Amino acid sequence: MFRFRKAVLTAALLAVAGWASAQGVTKFPGIGREATPKEVAAWDIDVRPDFKGLPAGSGSVAKGQDVWEGKCAHCHGIFGESGEVFSPLVGGTTAEDIKTGRVANLQRTDYPGRTTLMKVATVSTLWDYINRAMPWTAPKSLTTEEVYAVTAFLLNLGGIVPDNFVLSDKNIAEVQKRMPNRNGMTTDHAMWPGKEFGKGAKPDTKNVACMKDCVPEAKVASFLPDYARNAHGNLAEQNRLVGAQRGADTTRPEGTAPATSAPAAAPAAAKPAAKADSAGADNKAAMALTQKHSCTACHAMSNKLVGPSFQEIAKKHAGKVDYLAGKIKAGGSGVWGPVPMPAQSLSDADAKTIAVWLSSGAGK
Amino acid sequence: MQDALSSGRIRKAPENFLNKDGIKTVVAEAKNGRRDFIRNAFAAAAAGAAVPAALAQGNPVPTEGGDPNILNLPEHSKGLGQGVATEGYGKPSQYEANVQRRQSPGLTQTTQASVSFAPLQSLFGIITPSGLHFERHHQGWWDIDPSKHRLMINGMVKTNKVFTMDEIMRLPSVSRIHFIECGANTAVEWGNVAVPTVQYTHGMVSCSEFTGVPLITLLELAGADLKNGKFVLAEGADGSSMTRTIPMELIKSGEVFVAYGQNGEMLRPEQGYPLRLIVPGVQGVSWVKYLRRIEVGDKPYAAKDEAVHYIDLMPNGLHRQYTNIQECKSVVTTPSGGQVLLDKGFYNITGLAWSGRGKVKRVDVSVDGGRNWRTARLEGPVQNKALTRFNIDWVWDGKPAIIQSRAMDDTGYVQPTYKQLRAVRGTRSIYHNNAIQSWLVQESGEVKNVQVS
Repeated sequence: MFRFRKAVLTAALLAVAGWASAQGVTKFPGIGREATPKEVAAWDIDVRPDFKGLPAGSGSVAKGQDVWEGKCAHCHGIFGESGEVFSPLVGGTTAEDIKTGRVANLQRTDYPGRTTLMKVATVSTLWDYINRAMPWTAPKSLTTEEVYAVTAFLLNLGGIVPDNFVLSDKNIAEVQKRMPNRNGMTTDHAMWPGKEFGKGAKPDTKNVACMKDCVPEAKVASFLPDYARNAHGNLAEQNRLVGAQRGADTTRPEGTAPATSAPAAAPAAAKPAAKADSAGADNKAAMALTQKHSCTACHAMSNKLVGPSFQEIAKKHAGKVDYLAGKIKAGGSGVWGPVPMPAQSLSDADAKTIAVWLSSGAGK
Repeated sequence: MQDALSSGRIRKAPENFLNKDGIKTVVAEAKNGRRDFIRNAFAAAAAGAAVPAALAQGNPVPTEGGDPNILNLPEHSKGLGQGVATEGYGKPSQYEANVQRRQSPGLTQTTQASVSFAPLQSLFGIITPSGLHFERHHQGWWDIDPSKHRLMINGMVKTNKVFTMDEIMRLPSVSRIHFIECGANTAVEWGNVAVPTVQYTHGMVSCSEFTGVPLITLLELAGADLKNGKFVLAEGADGSSMTRTIPMELIKSGEVFVAYGQNGEMLRPEQGYPLRLIVPGVQGVSWVKYLRRIEVGDKPYAAKDEAVHYIDLMPNGLHRQYTNIQECKSVVTTPSGGQVLLDKGFYNITGLAWSGRGKVKRVDVSVDGGRNWRTARLEGPVQNKALTRFNIDWVWDGKPAIIQSRAMDDTGYVQPTYKQLRAVRGTRSIYHNNAIQSWLVQESGEVKNVQVS
């Protein structure tokens, strides 16, 4: 009966307005469908500070150390201390901080930088992020046990849990009570666009739009030192070539007249129609592969990152195609330093393309 | 540069790229019927054309009694140009090759977790060309097949829902112009001057017309609990699966939408193709790219980028958390750091202003380091939470000048000075530096990034 009446009503509405204008789900018939429990489970991976969303499980500090050394240390350092690729994770917290829940070093203006453990107030954040985004080149590849274990290992490096600790969904709330900066956050500010935190404070600066004789004569208090003049590249090449102004030729000291016939600025500007000769195309293809296979997460063109630069490799192993192809696939350690390169899963053809490129000079 | 500056107007080399002898030869050869030679001569000149165009030749009226650019008709006035669809997707002029987004050297170690800055010094109006839009990636960007992209809505909803792109694009759409600014824009300047140009100081702001569907429409379709569900989690589909907490209050206002369109075409992959969240007035990290999931909840989420990064350190050692609004800010884009004024005389000082709280109401400009101010013209229509272009006339007398702009929004909030901002927040909070920017125009015409006491 009810269904029949609704159908009649809908038909009547259609007849009158010519539009489907009923309320709720019937407003946009044919759009969207119910997500299955399986689908929701596949994507709903977030873990909240109250641990809603945290899957049951556990992992030990010891297991965490194994995972760490295999999958994390080459970016973050053996002890989570490395700042070479990302900001350091561990350091700067004390036993006293664990008691107070405030990291004392955050008040020191002379303290060199802030680690993750100095900042993070919520242990759920570590678990959630490791689970969703780590490792860097293979996110979401860790098992639940590995995520617990790596989180436990990080907490152990920060002295928050002991060496023999096994972190689990049962004890993680207790660990939260030991987070060094758990009391270090405030929402008492005017920059949340809502009233959900109940504050609604006023903005913290109160400038007035004075128009005349507002301040004494301005003095320049900070400017770039001369040695940094060209640190961002030649600014002449970073400005349009027509209009009210040009870019300064920062390859020359300030105040020197530029060459009048052929400014140093020009060559880069003239490059747009650069020809792609066959060597250039090969280089491009190889460089694209280094992107595709995330080689560039650890290797840069000319400067050392986690691993040696492509150009350093090219110099050391010129002409050694097979050696390089083998190394790319198998990984290795000890050639360039203590940080090992893990084995890489790419096709033989791709490995060879990159190896040929490296062995012939790693050109652009 | 001194010569060029003192001698008056800028003129291009004769014939743009062929010198006088060259032209004579070409004409002579042409008379002899050597067409190939002509073709080659012009082709070669065109390839290097950008070079002499940069030359600031300050010669007054030439001895032959007129500008050769006028007297000698150029090839493009006398020949046949190129046909339609030479480029299926048109590109900027070859002379615009300097206008590029750029990384700031030394800022990050990887390119996948990094930023590139929009060249504000070369942009007009308020719309950022999509290819010059600033980039911020957390774990590299992707070009995702839209036929395989899905948006899921779950949490405090009657029905968990999943939508295809086809379905989202069938729904009633809105098109709105909004700025997006990274919370860390101008971050490196908190303590002192650190970078030379407006590209690096302010280039993590861009503005586009976005097209999409209000998020509230999708939440209603799922039967979301709009009363108890005070927070929404937005999650991306990329490796980082970026998550951010969004206030329901803002979503209920209708301002927040899921966008697939940008400046008349689909989003660029670097901007989240095929779907990203638009959260007007809020820092860019909340505009989740490759948007795959929306979860309705009753508590905030303390995601990595709201518990480890994008938190503002205060002098007392506390971090402000959930600092989302980009407060009122402005910057003069020309003349700006790293540029050289060509001569004394008239200039149009121009720049951009914006506010995460609403519309820009007024922009004042000072050329004496903040002592005296004049109100600039706003190019209308001024839009809500969008970049606003301002212009003001200025005659440069050749003496040193410190140019500043100061914006005010429709809440009455006035952009602060560095002194005021540092008095409250110190110099270590990284995010949300909206202080008044100073550019020093030196007697040489070269403009420098400075901070004033």
